[in-house]
Amino acid sequence: MIVNIIQDTGILTAVSTILGILLVIAQRWLSNYGDIKININGKRDIVVKGGDTLLSSLAEKQIYLPSACGGRGTCGACKCKVSEGGGPVLPTERPMLSKAELADDIRLSCQVKVKNEISITIPNDIFNIRKYRSKITEIIDYTYDIKGITFQLLDGDTIEFLAGQYVQLNTKSYGKVRQSVSRAYSVSSGPEHKDHIQLIIRLVPEGICTTWVHNHLKVGDEVEFTGPYGDFYLRDTDADVIFVAGGSGKAPIKSMLEHLQVTGCDRKMTYFFGAKALRDLYLTDEMRAFEKVFPNFKYEPVLSHPEPDDVWDGKKGFIMPYFKDAIRDANNTEAYLCGSPGMINAVTKSLKELGVPEEKIYYDSFG
Amino acid sequence: MGITPFVLFWAAIFTSNILLTNFLGMCSYLSVSKEVESSAGLGIAVTFVLTATAGLNWLVYKYILVPFHIEYLQFIVFIIVIAAFVQLLELIIERYVPALYYSLGIFLPLITVNCAIFGVSLFLVIRNYSFLQSIAFGAGSGIGWLLAILMLAGIRNRLKEKLVPAGLRGAGISLVITGIMALAFIGFSGIQAVQ
Repeated sequence: MIVNIIQDTGILTAVSTILGILLVIAQRWLSNYGDIKININGKRDIVVKGGDTLLSSLAEKQIYLPSACGGRGTCGACKCKVSEGGGPVLPTERPMLSKAELADDIRLSCQVKVKNEISITIPNDIFNIRKYRSKITEIIDYTYDIKGITFQLLDGDTIEFLAGQYVQLNTKSYGKVRQSVSRAYSVSSGPEHKDHIQLIIRLVPEGICTTWVHNHLKVGDEVEFTGPYGDFYLRDTDADVIFVAGGSGKAPIKSMLEHLQVTGCDRKMTYFFGAKALRDLYLTDEMRAFEKVFPNFKYEPVLSHPEPDDVWDGKKGFIMPYFKDAIRDANNTEAYLCGSPGMINAVTKSLKELGVPEEKIYYDSFG
Repeated sequence: MGITPFVLFWAAIFTSNILLTNFLGMCSYLSVSKEVESSAGLGIAVTFVLTATAGLNWLVYKYILVPFHIEYLQFIVFIIVIAAFVQLLELIIERYVPALYYSLGIFLPLITVNCAIFGVSLFLVIRNYSFLQSIAFGAGSGIGWLLAILMLAGIRNRLKEKLVPAGLRGAGISLVITGIMALAFIGFSGIQAVQ
């Protein structure tokens, strides 16, 4: 009986192994496209090994296109113009591309494979994006599931960024997770501090990167990140401002406020922070302190589901109904949102109904 | 069974259509049938993979499973063979026929889990087909599946502007249509039924 089981398992294993080996050989043979030239902006040529996606081929040459979802084709951040050699647009790209973008040869670089000579156009400031090495110098528990982590750049390196932009952390393998992923987090410290950045990270159940950050990183660890990315930064106008954040979405707005503290600002600004219960509020004293710094700033935390024993006499329920009082002239109001896609959709809809022009509603969508 | 491969081929398309009489391969049939073009792409890919895996699995069964008396492992082995074949096919098409890859590429992994393909491999064992019969049955089943999904895609295309009751939209009306199509196919069964 046991002999039979062993024999049968052996045959099954042998069949699978042979097929597996066949596939590995086939892959070596068939997916080997040799060295391929990528022409960037008509000026520079780089040579990469073919067969990989454009996004990762470029990253190998230290050119980092933004990619919030890490190459899964769900965030649309890695768009770039592929004028030659990209092949037809794939069904996986279509949902992310508008008609104008399709006509302009814009593609998702995480879906385009480099198989033959290819010509691309990328914005020049992409070249400012690079990899940084850093050491963790501080980890603060803001709430039970949100931590603030400070990364000190190594070797006296400095980073230039706009308040509101984000970086991408590269994880290392830990526990059972072998692969390295990269995930986007907004910088929460002001851009005046060039030798370090702070990120605010909420633990996502089953999240590869957030679990790594929360349960495996400690002070003194070396971490790599790339950046800065994104066009979520405070526009230099005199329009009224509404900030809306939830959870770890506080980060980019904290950075903006710290930056404004240095430059000075008398715009009318209202900051709505949506949380479930009292235990989800953090940095409240710091935000209240900004009310004294700026002549026209108000911090409005709103609790949607306060616990029975929460002592809370502030605003309750959804944040949307409170926008009305914060808007003087909808046409002269800018909104900066950071939070979950669900919150961003709901808030955008409600702001549009109140007359805030769509092009003045700014947010990062981390798909 | 003494049916000639030629008859078996036509029977698999019409009288014993894999989808309309056995209701196999329903998931991709329902989800991909929104557009005629992608339905044709998937249908052609299914036909090709079905024909090839029917032959391959026949050989595997006859020359590996039977001699070693491990027929009871046919489920696992067949699935492994199908998955490996689809993977290989994807690599080959991507390299040598890029145009086809762009239209079929995303459908190929879907095929690995298409139960029509696995079903055909099991049928040819149960019904004790010869190698040629298996190939003919596989090709016929594939073309039958292609025919069914093309018809549904065509009908759904016409339904786009029609008022379908809210509760029936999507999969609901598709299943009703499929049922009527299956009834219509009973009309072919005077020719030769494969049981």
